[in-house]
Amino acid sequence: MAVDKRKVQEINAGSMADIAFLLLIFFLVATTMNVDTGLTRMLPPIPPENQQTEDVKVKERNVLLVLINGAGQIMAGIQGQQELIDLRQLKEKTKEFILNPYDLETMPEKKDEEIELPDGSKWTYAVSQGVVSLQTTRDTNYQAYIMVQNELTRAFNEVRDEVSMRKFGSKFADLNEAERKVITTAVPNKISEAEPRNIKK
Amino acid sequence: MAVMKKKGNKSLPPISTASLPDVIFMILFFFMVSTTMRDQELLVRYRLPEATEVQKLEKKSLVSYIHIGQPSLAMQAKFGTAPRIQLNDSYRTAKDIGDFVAAERDKLSEADRASMTICLKADDATKMGIITDVKQELRRANALKISYAASKSLGYY
Repeated sequence: MAVDKRKVQEINAGSMADIAFLLLIFFLVATTMNVDTGLTRMLPPIPPENQQTEDVKVKERNVLLVLINGAGQIMAGIQGQQELIDLRQLKEKTKEFILNPYDLETMPEKKDEEIELPDGSKWTYAVSQGVVSLQTTRDTNYQAYIMVQNELTRAFNEVRDEVSMRKFGSKFADLNEAERKVITTAVPNKISEAEPRNIKK
Repeated sequence: MAVMKKKGNKSLPPISTASLPDVIFMILFFFMVSTTMRDQELLVRYRLPEATEVQKLEKKSLVSYIHIGQPSLAMQAKFGTAPRIQLNDSYRTAKDIGDFVAAERDKLSEADRASMTICLKADDATKMGIITDVKQELRRANALKISYAASKSLGYY
């Protein structure tokens, strides 16, 4: 019988491409590709109401005040020595503040801290006690705020790069997890986000 | 001479399309892997501020979004042009952020709750007043890990 000898007929795969196209178009429409990027920050927790304010007081030389007004002008400096500066100067000023290269009396103090290295040995580093305090008014532009935040982050990142260059011989971004932790302990990212100043009219 | 073919007389054999599905499937898998589902419709318009030191947000499932900006064009007739806060799919005020954070936190598993991140997507022309209100509400709701969404730029000057 001729019918038995014949092979099973092949299934026509010509429409496979159409099906795949349909799926492809569905995914193109229903999904997005953009990766979210941003500046990450930790907000300070709300202090308990009965907490005394005395014990959180920091020395004046340890606080770099950065103020942005509604016109986008920036004033920065330690309490009493604030001056109007340009956005371009902010990074250098912040770096100088964090590093205090000449150990000036007017710049933040440093405290020697023992940091454990990944290989088990100890490394003593003078950790800066400085805190950058960023304040805005209610009518400050968000773009101006982000630009200042960015400059501050850049200052911290560059200091981290310098320290890790000296310690490990490579940039902060190229370090492994354990080494990164060492550098983060040595140069903590201390940007405090204070509540806005209520400018009375 | 007899071996020479006559040109143009015979039509070319059709190109085989048997591998076309494979090619399309490859593109399909690429898109399936590299994209994420569109989660919500935007009711506000914003242009993100630019920054150079941006970091990528790691796990999308741990991120909740708060959009701040002018109502989108279709909504402007009804809601005007004053900046609004969008939570999920509707306009809300800063007061509702506490509930929003609680609801978002409930969606995550116990272990992931500590690493929940709030991504603030705000228009660059927004005033800090509204941002600060949102931040205060986030502090009150104990959602302290935030990210100011910004697009990568090469520098300001």
